[in-house]
This record gives sequence, C-alpha cells and structure tokens, in this order.
Amino acid sequence: MSRIERFTRTERVLHWMHASAFFALLATGLILYVPALSTLISRRNLVKNVHIWVAVAWAIALVVIFVAGNRRRLADDWREIETIDRDDRRWLRGRRAPQGRFNAGQKINALLTVAFALLFALSGFFLWLGERDHRFLFAGTGMLHDILTFLSVGLLVGHLYLALIHPSTRHALRGMTTGEVDEAWARKHHAKWVEAERLASAHEHPTP
Amino acid sequence: MNDRTIGRAGFLGILGAGAVGLFFARDFTGVLDRAVPRAVSSIVPTSGWRIYTVAGSMPKIDPAAYRLRVDGLVEAPKSFSLADLKAMPRAEQVSDFHCVTGWSVSNVHWAGVRIADLLESAGATSSVSALRFVSAEKPYEDSLTLEQALLPDVMLAYEMDGGPIPRPHGAPVRLVMPEMYGYKNVKWVDHIELGTTPQPGYWEQHGYDADAWLGKSNGLSA
Repeated sequence: MSRIERFTRTERVLHWMHASAFFALLATGLILYVPALSTLISRRNLVKNVHIWVAVAWAIALVVIFVAGNRRRLADDWREIETIDRDDRRWLRGRRAPQGRFNAGQKINALLTVAFALLFALSGFFLWLGERDHRFLFAGTGMLHDILTFLSVGLLVGHLYLALIHPSTRHALRGMTTGEVDEAWARKHHAKWVEAERLASAHEHPTP
Repeated sequence: MNDRTIGRAGFLGILGAGAVGLFFARDFTGVLDRAVPRAVSSIVPTSGWRIYTVAGSMPKIDPAAYRLRVDGLVEAPKSFSLADLKAMPRAEQVSDFHCVTGWSVSNVHWAGVRIADLLESAGATSSVSALRFVSAEKPYEDSLTLEQALLPDVMLAYEMDGGPIPRPHGAPVRLVMPEMYGYKNVKWVDHIELGTTPQPGYWEQHGYDADAWLGKSNGLSA
C-alpha cells in the first residue's frame, strides 16, 4: 500500500503544540470559569498563573515554530486554506466535488481555529491588563473570552469526531501523527491534491 | 472577489467582529442566556454570580460561634457576635455588583451595618483613617480609607436577597462596596483592623489595580 506525505514535521509540531496548549488552557480555564470546579479546586491565583503562563508559552512556541520551522510550507498551507474555490463551494453545498489537500470543511475549521486563537490571545491579554489598569477594562472582554470558549469547544468536538470516529475521515489522523496517508484514500478524498503531486513529481522526474 | 479573497474576507471578518466584541460582547449576555440550554447554564455560568476563592476551600463558619474582632486604633479590642451586629442600626440597600473580570449582577438586596455605626460601637479613636478587612479565607484581605468606608452605600452585610448570606458569598458577614470592583468586597470577614494607612489587599499584592473604582472606560457606573 503506497503512502503519500501530507504533513511535514513543522505542520505536525504546530498542530500538536497548539492542541496541547489548548487542552491545558481549557482545563485551567474551566477551573476558573465553572463555579462547581472553581469552588472545588479553589486556589484561584495559582490556577490563574498557570493559565496565563501556558498562554505565554503557547505564544513563544508559535514564534519558535515560525522562525525555526519550514516557513515556506506554512505559507503554502495558509494560501491553500484561504482559497475557497468553486469546488469547495460546491462541496460546502453538499455536492460531490474533488478536493485539494484540505477539503473545504478543513479549510473553514483551520480559518476559525486561527481566528479564535488570535481573539483568545487578544481578549486574554486585555483581561490580564484590565485587572492591572482599569482604563483597559473593556465591557465585553470577559464575555468575548467566554463566547470563544463555547465556540472552540464546539469546533473541537466536531474535529475529534471526524479525526477519531467518522469512518471515512478518521484515516486522516495518521497524516497528523506519522505525516503520511494512504494514497488510495487520498485519491478518493483529496483527488486534486494527489493529481497535483503526481504532475509535480512527473515534472521533477520525467520518464524518458 | 477571487477564490482566495473569500477565505481571507471571512477570516478578517471574524477577527474584526471579535475585536469589536471587546467593547460590545457584554450586550450578548442575554442572547447567550437564551441560546444556552438550562442544563448547560446550570453548570456553566452565562450570567449571574461566579464564585472566586483563593484558599484551598471556602471557610465554613458556624453563625452561632462567629465573632468579629475589631482592634488596632480602638480604646480596647472588641469582639462582636452576629447578634451584636444585628442589634446595631439595620441598613438596607439594593446595589449592583461588578467583578473586575467582566461580569456583573444587578439589583442585589443587602442588609447589614453601616461602618460608622460599627466604628462607634467598637470605640474607634479619632486617629483612624484606614480599615483593614481580614477574611477567614487566608490570606485574603483588603483595605479601604476611612473616607471610602463611610460612603453611604458601604456596609458590613449579614443578609443577601432576603436571607442569611450563603456560604459561597461570604457567610456570615461580608463587606459590600458597590462603587468599587468585587475584589474589594471581602467575604467571610472576621477581623477588622483600624489603622492610619490602607494595606495592599490580596489581589493588589498580585498586580491588581489599587484604584478599584468602577471605571468610566468600561461603560459601568456606580
């Protein structure tokens, strides 16, 4: 069974770094947010400091990955993710349409994940600063952080279902762990990508 | 609009809406309240009180055994039982409670003692210019200047919304200071020290703004 590389090390490190930080922030965030957990665990200052330092570590790791990782590949990813072409729009309307390396749903998931991460960081920063200087305490900061939590957990549940349970998509998990996916699976679910790879490699290694 | 700008426009649109949300998301409290099923909102707060504690667990104080110690610049240190406090002139008020983390509770009914009446009963000397409120939840404390403590809507409360103050809200006695953020409203108060300079409170020692007056920037007013 032949395999095809879907995610480079840079992409996998970025994914798992973000996932680990998300779970750590969700766990500490829920302790700070859910009254039953707040009163059970208590020690608010400690939990709060862990939450804030995990967020700082996430931001530093992000910069390190961009500086030390494969930037060209990340730029390609972003270009692909931003591009919602005619086939993607057909796919989103529930029609059959050939998909690239990312299908339209994955693109939207990625766009929302990046947007939510930036807004989490922005509102989190102002939550921190607002406590220290009330001039920066805006009316909606906390509510924005809360709403993002609700939306992100919804996104996460869908993502976990598709990555771990749904029969036709769960094979993709391999791509994010080992980097490679089964080529026959990829041809079925990401036809345009496999075709483009084939053309590119034929161009690099022309048969005599 | 080409294929690429569609994704980018959506992305930037969400970012923009979120940034605007910094200032207006509070208006969605009611929407979120209705959108989130009751089974969820009973666990996850969409509005109303949130309970923040700093020690390992909330203090559990037997109201019958409760004593409020008042010392420092007094003729002689004194202890007050809950019955002693209830024997002082009773004050009642309805005020809003604003947390510095962004949530608020409107129209909370409080009953308790005004600080002036307490100071008189405690035999405070004329040199008092600051009050340090110490919680049974160690190491929580906070201070007010005398001038702040004597504002007409400041009280040491023993009733909330028509009943004894519930344990998560500081039973049996808490400070109510509606014109400042919630962290000045010390819960489980069992010791008041009268002095001349306000001491930095628990959260102020951890970086919070000592100027806890409700800000103008966030659209809140006392």
